[in-house]
Amino acid sequence: MHWLAEVHVRLRPGIADPEGQTIAGGLRSLGYDSVVEVRAGKLLRLSFEAPDRGAAEAALGEMCARLLANPVMETADWELRPADEATEEGSA
Amino acid sequence: MSRGPRVAVIVFPGTWSDRDFAHAATLLGWEATLVWHTDTELPAPDAVVLPGGFAHGDHLRTGAIARFSPAMRAVEAFAAAGGPVLGSCNGFQILTEAGILPGALLRNDHLEFRCDWQSLRVEIAGGPWLGELEPGESIRLPISHGEGRYYADAAVLDELERNGRVALRYAEPSDAAGGEGNAAGNPNGSLRSIAGIVNERGNVLGLMPHPERAMEDEVGGSDGIRLLRSLDRWLVAQPAVAERRL
Repeated sequence: MHWLAEVHVRLRPGIADPEGQTIAGGLRSLGYDSVVEVRAGKLLRLSFEAPDRGAAEAALGEMCARLLANPVMETADWELRPADEATEEGSA
Repeated sequence: MSRGPRVAVIVFPGTWSDRDFAHAATLLGWEATLVWHTDTELPAPDAVVLPGGFAHGDHLRTGAIARFSPAMRAVEAFAAAGGPVLGSCNGFQILTEAGILPGALLRNDHLEFRCDWQSLRVEIAGGPWLGELEPGESIRLPISHGEGRYYADAAVLDELERNGRVALRYAEPSDAAGGEGNAAGNPNGSLRSIAGIVNERGNVLGLMPHPERAMEDEVGGSDGIRLLRSLDRWLVAQPAVAERRL
């Protein structure tokens, strides 16, 4: 069945993020003085086939570990849903 | 060794320093072969160079796609067998992505692409790439990168320092030998001002600067010749390498 995933790749906490700092400075210069911190990251939207949710989660975990994130400096987490919500319930 | 070293220069889509290395090889009397990234075998080299550039457009992360190229499997085997490998700039980024060298290269702390001559302090000598240099001496090489901020966690950094694996540090010439480079000489926010490191065995050097762009005084400096020339002497002293060619 068909799945949609949104993978969030983030710099590990504690690693300086000059892009986020620059964005935070931009917001403050617009008057949003309450902005404490901005961390920039990547959003990757994947569309792929997997027989069930377990297989889809496993595939995502492997794709993140091997390519989508570099564990030295990044973490990855994701939201996964069937392309057609009804399909998953029907097959579950 | 009667002939010059045979050097394989790996070329990815988006590599831009391959021909500079080929030119440097000509000046050094080396025989350079450009190897396309889809090639699965290397042409029996004495050494491998991963040049600078923007392999696969630097998409996702610098070096992230390139490290899975067929040619990189051959480079990994060559490095694991003790063959000399030099990764400059994007080549350094590819080596860290491949896990051949530890750490990662992140976006410069000021977010600018920095293209300039850079002073460096040589921290260690010996091995295939540093044998002609003296620890503590100051050399000048060009840098040209937007993602050169060396990062590794504290345990890895300590291990690199302890085992003499920090090869080059960004440092003004006035900076005394030993300790960290001064902040003013650090062009990208690299932790501990690290500009280049070697693997455990010392046969693989990754550095952000471009030795191949410092081959002639006409272009501003020739310290790159001394660094690359180290390979000649090392190969002469390591005849077994010739037998071990892949």
